[in-house]
Amino acid sequence: MTGDPRDFVAHEAALLDERRFDDWLALFADNGHYWVPLLGAAQADPFSHNSLAYEDRLLLQLRVDRLKNPRAHSQHPASHSQHVLQPSRIESETGDEVRLRTPFLYVEARGESQILLSGTARHHLAQTPSGWRIREKRLDLLNAGRALPAIQLFI
Amino acid sequence: MTSYRHHPDRIAALVQDDRVHRDLYLSEEIFALEQERLFANTWVFLGHASQVPEAGDFVTQEVAGRPLLMVRQPDGAVHVMYNRCAHKGTQLVTDESGNVGRFFRCPYHAWTYKLDGAPLGLPLKNGYEGTQLKACESGQGLSVVKHVKVYRDFVFVRLSDAGPSFEDYFGAVLGAIDNMVDRSPEGKLTVGGGVLRNIVRCNWKMYLENINDTVHPMSTHESATKAAEALWEGHAPTDPKPMAMEQILPFGSGYEFFDKMGGRVFTNGHSVLGVNFSIHSNYAQLPEYEAAMQAAHGAERAADILQRSPQNSVLYPSLSVKGSPQAIRVIRPLAADRTLIEAWSFRAAGAPALLFERAMSYNRLVFSPMSVVAHDDVHLFESIQQGLRAGGNEWVSLHRNFDAAELAQATITTNGTNELLMRNQFRAWAKAMASEVAA
Repeated sequence: MTGDPRDFVAHEAALLDERRFDDWLALFADNGHYWVPLLGAAQADPFSHNSLAYEDRLLLQLRVDRLKNPRAHSQHPASHSQHVLQPSRIESETGDEVRLRTPFLYVEARGESQILLSGTARHHLAQTPSGWRIREKRLDLLNAGRALPAIQLFI
Repeated sequence: MTSYRHHPDRIAALVQDDRVHRDLYLSEEIFALEQERLFANTWVFLGHASQVPEAGDFVTQEVAGRPLLMVRQPDGAVHVMYNRCAHKGTQLVTDESGNVGRFFRCPYHAWTYKLDGAPLGLPLKNGYEGTQLKACESGQGLSVVKHVKVYRDFVFVRLSDAGPSFEDYFGAVLGAIDNMVDRSPEGKLTVGGGVLRNIVRCNWKMYLENINDTVHPMSTHESATKAAEALWEGHAPTDPKPMAMEQILPFGSGYEFFDKMGGRVFTNGHSVLGVNFSIHSNYAQLPEYEAAMQAAHGAERAADILQRSPQNSVLYPSLSVKGSPQAIRVIRPLAADRTLIEAWSFRAAGAPALLFERAMSYNRLVFSPMSVVAHDDVHLFESIQQGLRAGGNEWVSLHRNFDAAELAQATITTNGTNELLMRNQFRAWAKAMASEVAA
């Protein structure tokens, strides 16, 4: 992986699609968050309005560990994902930090069914001695508030 | 083909004392009859008055397959009308919510109506002179839902003219709403943080049964609870837990815990699960909040309110209440094999922000489409919907702790794992479905 944060974003999505969840989790900073606001791009913060997901590393670890459990019934059969990314655009750069926007399509398939979500991923990354780390990965879904079926993996 | 519509005996035979027939979950005809006979004839939760704070504010919602419109009036009352123009049937509003101003104006031919549905005007009205318009339904304005009850800001409707009064229908289970509202030192709740909405490919009754099922968490939620327990291992029981841990870990409680929490059933299908304690009983204490509650209600009453934290109270057929955390679930049936589940959070006036955080956090962790707990539930409901199509056995067992004496009693308090809470729902179902009262 090069030092270009746009390559980091592509790498991050590829790890998810390859179900390399431990490697993916290692990309988050200790205080990093994963956030899918219920109002999509219109939402100002995760506290005044609810979210489809707002998780720190502890909760992300919980999700990853649950997926490994043979009694994760909803993973029989297992779900698989495909991220289709448009080129990432750098929104801002300050010191060791960078913010990027990446429009995406996300497909999650399981058994006979598959769901399609679209939106814009917004990464807030910080440079560390071991490379970029995720401060926040925010996913602004198109029509986030609509009734949804179960989304089992990571958008 | 109609197998059930004109055969009340066949419908009644689907619900036996200790088991129910699979057609309850699979038949589209039964689903259509449920809309007519159960959801139109009982009191169904529509929405919360805090969704429409100002005159002209509206919310659209379907009940029993009919598009409705809840509107705040200039005098502060909340009215419910059918969302259908008196002329051709156009929906007057198609947004989920908004403010209509001082009157409704149909987008098709510009017929207008006051906020209470009374006719206001129409273009080219000379053309109606000498016609029967004024005398017929289309000249009377919007059709109004006559039976609306706003109970402590919870808005319920009964679409049929026949049926029990609101108080007779719900009775003592209204204590669940009282308890949730009384948790506000000012006695006021507002919907906050939006609604998490899930589509589940199962019959609505499966979801409702599961709200009263305490035997499944040990096995169904094993993957989530084992992961949570492993992450929390090494911490002393008294260590303060992150809110998410505080909320997830109790799902791993043993059979004995759920059995001892106790349950109570009421007539008409209502129930309270966790009359002694529940998975919500051991959230961290908040001394300042408790002081505010004591100032508002007196020490004894405040303690009584805060100690009551049942796991779920079911206001049959579609509302499930959790006083702590301040959350409700609303079950909206879409088809025999498709159900919309909504999870709502509330802000309690005069209570600390932490209470609202708890409600949002709980709903997000447990009832979001991205929940870490619900995936296994949802998978199993969808699996049941498929599994019931198998031949060999057309019945679903509800035998656990069946006692023939329960048939003669209206209110019963029992152990938390008794399937009586589900049998009670189906007895109410059979009673409503056997009636041919039209809405």
